[in-house]
Amino acid sequence: MTAILRLENIHKSFGGVQALKGVDFELYPREIHAVVGENGAGKSTLIKIISGVYSPDVGKIIFENREVTIENPRIAQALGIATVYQEPNLYPDLSVLENLFSGRFLKRGFLLDWEEMRQRAKEVLSLLAVDLVLQAPLKRLSRAQTQLVQIARALLARARVLILDEATAALSPEETKRLFEILEKLRNQGVGIIYISHRLEEIFRLADRVTVLRDGEVVGRTKVRDISVNRLVQLMVGREIRDLYPRTPRTPGRTLLEVRNLSRRGVFEEITFEVKEGEIVALAGLVGSGRSEVARAIYGLDARDKGQVFLEGQQIPPRPWNALRAGLILLPEDRTRQGGILSFPISWNIGFSIIDYLRNRWWTIDERREHSLAKEMIQLLDVRPPKPELTLGSLSGGNQQKVVLGRCLLVHPKVLILDEPTQGVDVGAKAEIHRLMDRLVGEGMGILLVSSDLPEVLGMADRILVLHRGRLVAHLPRGSSPEDIIKAATGLAEAPHVR
Amino acid sequence: MYVDRARQLSILAFLLVLGLALLAYAPSFFQPGNLRDILVNASYLFVAAVGMMLVILTGHIDLSVGAILAICSTAAALASKAGWPLFAVFLLALGLGGALGFLNGLLVTNLRIHSIIVTLGTMNIFRGALIYWTQGAWIYDLPSDFRTVGLGQFGGIPYPVWGAIVTFALFAWILTQTSWGRSLYAAGSNPSAAHLSGISIPKVVLGAFVVNGVLVGLSAVLFSTRFSVIQSNIGYGFELLVITTVVVGGVHIFGGSGTLLGVALAALLLSTIGTALTFFRVSSYWELTLQGLFVLGAVALDIMRTRRSLQRGEV
Repeated sequence: MTAILRLENIHKSFGGVQALKGVDFELYPREIHAVVGENGAGKSTLIKIISGVYSPDVGKIIFENREVTIENPRIAQALGIATVYQEPNLYPDLSVLENLFSGRFLKRGFLLDWEEMRQRAKEVLSLLAVDLVLQAPLKRLSRAQTQLVQIARALLARARVLILDEATAALSPEETKRLFEILEKLRNQGVGIIYISHRLEEIFRLADRVTVLRDGEVVGRTKVRDISVNRLVQLMVGREIRDLYPRTPRTPGRTLLEVRNLSRRGVFEEITFEVKEGEIVALAGLVGSGRSEVARAIYGLDARDKGQVFLEGQQIPPRPWNALRAGLILLPEDRTRQGGILSFPISWNIGFSIIDYLRNRWWTIDERREHSLAKEMIQLLDVRPPKPELTLGSLSGGNQQKVVLGRCLLVHPKVLILDEPTQGVDVGAKAEIHRLMDRLVGEGMGILLVSSDLPEVLGMADRILVLHRGRLVAHLPRGSSPEDIIKAATGLAEAPHVR
Repeated sequence: MYVDRARQLSILAFLLVLGLALLAYAPSFFQPGNLRDILVNASYLFVAAVGMMLVILTGHIDLSVGAILAICSTAAALASKAGWPLFAVFLLALGLGGALGFLNGLLVTNLRIHSIIVTLGTMNIFRGALIYWTQGAWIYDLPSDFRTVGLGQFGGIPYPVWGAIVTFALFAWILTQTSWGRSLYAAGSNPSAAHLSGISIPKVVLGAFVVNGVLVGLSAVLFSTRFSVIQSNIGYGFELLVITTVVVGGVHIFGGSGTLLGVALAALLLSTIGTALTFFRVSSYWELTLQGLFVLGAVALDIMRTRRSLQRGEV
């Protein structure tokens, strides 16, 4: 059998950074080929070359036995290469239907054939077993639904090669399961699928083969059934990872953060809890349960109808700068949109929240101090490449996340709210972030962890608050089982609310 | 941060070619008096363009600067005629500009309507108020000390050029060295990230509009003090010339990037071409057409640059 897609000796560098150094890759029809590696290993660069976003400096791309140059995403689309991105690149103000067909509307004569499009869209959506209102504007959809729209788009384009980049990051377990069924079906129909995920269990469940990238090189390629999880992780990081969830048990100190009766009509109601010194409190719940919304309202990003937030007994007015000054800071979920300023250097991004404290006598920013503080953070968080003068936009997603975390830490907060701190972050960096969290609470900080990653919640939190439809339905101690959380999160068990 | 050296260099190259062509075909262009006129014209344009640059950096725009210029010029002329001392006349123009900018800023940040609409409204309101106030009458017989700024000089350099030099130095420092300057860029690049980082965007935007107003007031002083008569329709269409300068100078029209040096070069370029055309014996009607071509060229360069950097994987 011949490969649909073959890459030979691909090199790509950005500025002085070699992102890919002679990568070979091939994809066969009826294959789900996983690509794994740490942040910055070159996964994103590889798929961006395949989907026409970047051009390789050196190397050949052979598509169905023909050498091709994929100069832009349109050419990739025309060849039948469809990509489902982590960050959807669709049109928020257009309807679902328009998004499904944008760029290749069906026509009858000069007119758009909406009837036919609606028909085809319905077929595809029923194949995916999702129920979406075709007229609804895309921005009203959840992230999970938006992802399904992207997949539906790819199906409508009759893609021969389907690339999924962290496609399940925003999906619930149920949605993930359905996605996998769909992917398996597509594979059996002859589609080649490139699957990128940090969730190794998904790769073992779904993929046929796996390619491991490290520092821009292929360090391993094997059938999935011939490799163990430990061996795969070792290949990825090039070292062994111990202590997946490092926690040192401590007795919590005095109360730092107090949230009282926080409500926002239609989103969440009567949220009351506290976070103490040296404590990690997790806020769990399904997609759409209001987790992130509660976190954002505490920090003063979103409006609230009712309720107060106190830090060390002092009430905080609902504005980010008030929260920040009081010692409360939020690491946002959507780092590319809200986390940092991509056109600014790393050092400016890290220093941004304390910029008023970096002023010297003449109202001038002390850039030398900023630079050296940034260097310390870069070292602490192992940002790669470790150059404070590079723009944030030139870093990989995981490293951008670390920079944003660095900005938050530089404030020396008393309470840190982490909204999905390890989403889209590789195993190695994830363990580093967890170790850091343990260290920070050891120094007396309180952490509110908002996460959809159950093992993370179970492994890291001292207490677990579960949200269901905007209400706190359970309050679980450390050592609870995943079943307890799922039951509460799905509304199966209305556990009594304990304080 | 990305600095558009290419833009600065291409304007410089264009000015150089223009200079060489003038040297070959119309050497009389280089009479001291003519060069001085060009520099003075570039000065008041530059001062106003710096204000507009601040506003555009934050992702906004101000269409009312022509009207503000008119109000400040008229007020300055009337105050001077009423016997106010010169420094009080200046403070009046700057203060009035700042107050009108404050009004724009308040409306933009509180109404949550796009600044293009808000300032379109205030532009008409300001113009209407001015006509009502002056009854459309021109202001004649300005005292001679009023015109010392526009026509006088210090150390061989005309006062308006000094005004531009001081403005350049001050804002070069503000934009690159102060937290407010950095916040302007941040507010235009990614407002939600800046908000999340603890920056109060409305404060930054309001500040940009106020400082813009003050600079337009200064520009009005540099501009109007050259004439013996102030017409009630003074500065008509000035806002578009100012926006043209900022865009040609390489400031991204949706905010977030741009350099002061680019804007200064663009002000020089735009005030040179009009005179240069006359010396080439080309009708000066072509000046507007050329301005339009510069804007389109600037935007085309922007788009090409963005495409290329996307291919290279930079942002």
